[in-house]
Amino acid sequence: MINLPAAPGLGFKPEHFAAIRSTRPDLGFFEVHAENYMGAGGVPHAQLRELRADYALSLHGVGLSIGGAGRLDAEHLARLNRLCNAYEPESFSEHLAWSSHGGDYLNDLLPLPYTPETLGIVCDHIDEVQAVLGRRMLLENPSTYVLFAQSTLSETEFLAEVVRRTGCGLLLDVNNVFVSATNHRTDPRAYLADFPLAAVGELHLGGHAEEALPSGPLLIDAHGTPVADPVWTLYAEVLARTGPLPTLIEWDNDVPELPVLLTEAARAGALLDALEVRHARAG
Amino acid sequence: MLAPAEGHGGFVAAFRAGLVGGGLPEGVTAVAEAEQRFAVYRNNVAHSLTEALARRFPAVSRLVGDAFFRAMARVFIAQHPPASPVLLDWGAEFPGFLKGFPPVAGLPYLPDVARIERARGLAYHAADAVAVSPAALAGATSPEALRLVLHPSVALVASAWPAASIWAANQPGADAAGMRAQGPELALILRDRALEVPVRALAPGDAALVAALLAGQALGPAALRGQLAEPGHDPAAVLGYLMAAGAIIEVGEAA
Repeated sequence: MINLPAAPGLGFKPEHFAAIRSTRPDLGFFEVHAENYMGAGGVPHAQLRELRADYALSLHGVGLSIGGAGRLDAEHLARLNRLCNAYEPESFSEHLAWSSHGGDYLNDLLPLPYTPETLGIVCDHIDEVQAVLGRRMLLENPSTYVLFAQSTLSETEFLAEVVRRTGCGLLLDVNNVFVSATNHRTDPRAYLADFPLAAVGELHLGGHAEEALPSGPLLIDAHGTPVADPVWTLYAEVLARTGPLPTLIEWDNDVPELPVLLTEAARAGALLDALEVRHARAG
Repeated sequence: MLAPAEGHGGFVAAFRAGLVGGGLPEGVTAVAEAEQRFAVYRNNVAHSLTEALARRFPAVSRLVGDAFFRAMARVFIAQHPPASPVLLDWGAEFPGFLKGFPPVAGLPYLPDVARIERARGLAYHAADAVAVSPAALAGATSPEALRLVLHPSVALVASAWPAASIWAANQPGADAAGMRAQGPELALILRDRALEVPVRALAPGDAALVAALLAGQALGPAALRGQLAEPGHDPAAVLGYLMAAGAIIEVGEAA
């Protein structure tokens, strides 16, 4: 069941809690990183309970290591299940990436080659997540900085097959598409043309940083700046094909005051609204 | 020696080795500058864990300076990487690491400041529990037989140094140069009714009493502990502080 409203949402930052409480901004949902709410009690849960009472909630995991080689961490999956039971989020999502190895947690979303072997591993892991949580999850496409000689499938082929085998949905991060395509000198529109859009349950938009390398720009998925104009253009093109979808503005580093984020959310909201009008006329 | 693992397990192991200083893992490609592009992952892992540690130990970071802390964090991370994605649990080994890290031997109080910050982190995330009302204590006919259960956030950190005062002097906006405390201190850490986590230096009698309550002793024997540590000790002030903070969650007859 995925029923986040097809409206803009924000990543919740505790420093915005007082402003959110006093202004009750008109947003479709808030998204939180699951791992920040895995303590027993205190401020994080007090804030999340209050937020959840007024807004739809997207629970976004960053630590499950779905693309890892070993078994999923059963304790971590149990913690996610407890959070889902406690807050009943409208959506749970995780990443096509790995972050743990040999019992150590590396705190980054690391890439994997796309092969029949890794496809089987990722699908087994997603089957397990969906069985334990008793819900359909969304899997997010990554930002990548390198490729692998071992890969025999494209990322979009890989994701489409994951969807077909597991029945999971996808979280399409449009900034990640732009970052990866720029880094690998490929065409983001070709990627989106191949992307299984029918499975998308949520969109992510975030800012990236740019480094100059001798061969050209290297984009880094830094989430510390406004969404870049080319990403807004790609977002509008995706919406034209999918219709309105829940859209998150991600801003995790150098977090500005709430109104700056609301301005970004309003820009997504205007594109969503324009679409509603067009669809209404067409209907 | 074990043969390298095949398949995805081997890939992940080789990638991990590359992250911690090995060369470019086999199979990594890029349109150009593969080494610099792979280094983004190396930097992300080191930077994100360093930031996470600095968020947990801000007073230690201020005491040694930001640049020093970052360099030291890399050494700690290599020895004690997080064992779980729940980073709020990470850092238990940091005080012990500081104790054995020769470059900070000149700051002997540093491990105890880290223990205070670790206790504050645990208190911040400790389970919720409802405080009893003051009437629960006031109405008792034989208070010495009462057993007080303290909030799960309550902790004591004993230091041979004035660690609580040093911690307080290294909070944002505080002036460390004005710190005059000397001698050993006992720090009481708890999460109060506003969900904040103050640190309070306790006199020896107060600390002995709280330690006895934490160990499950009834109020009478606990008060005796306070008097043994500090002749003539009056338990009223520290009990009043615990009650006001909402740190007493159950009052019952001792078994």
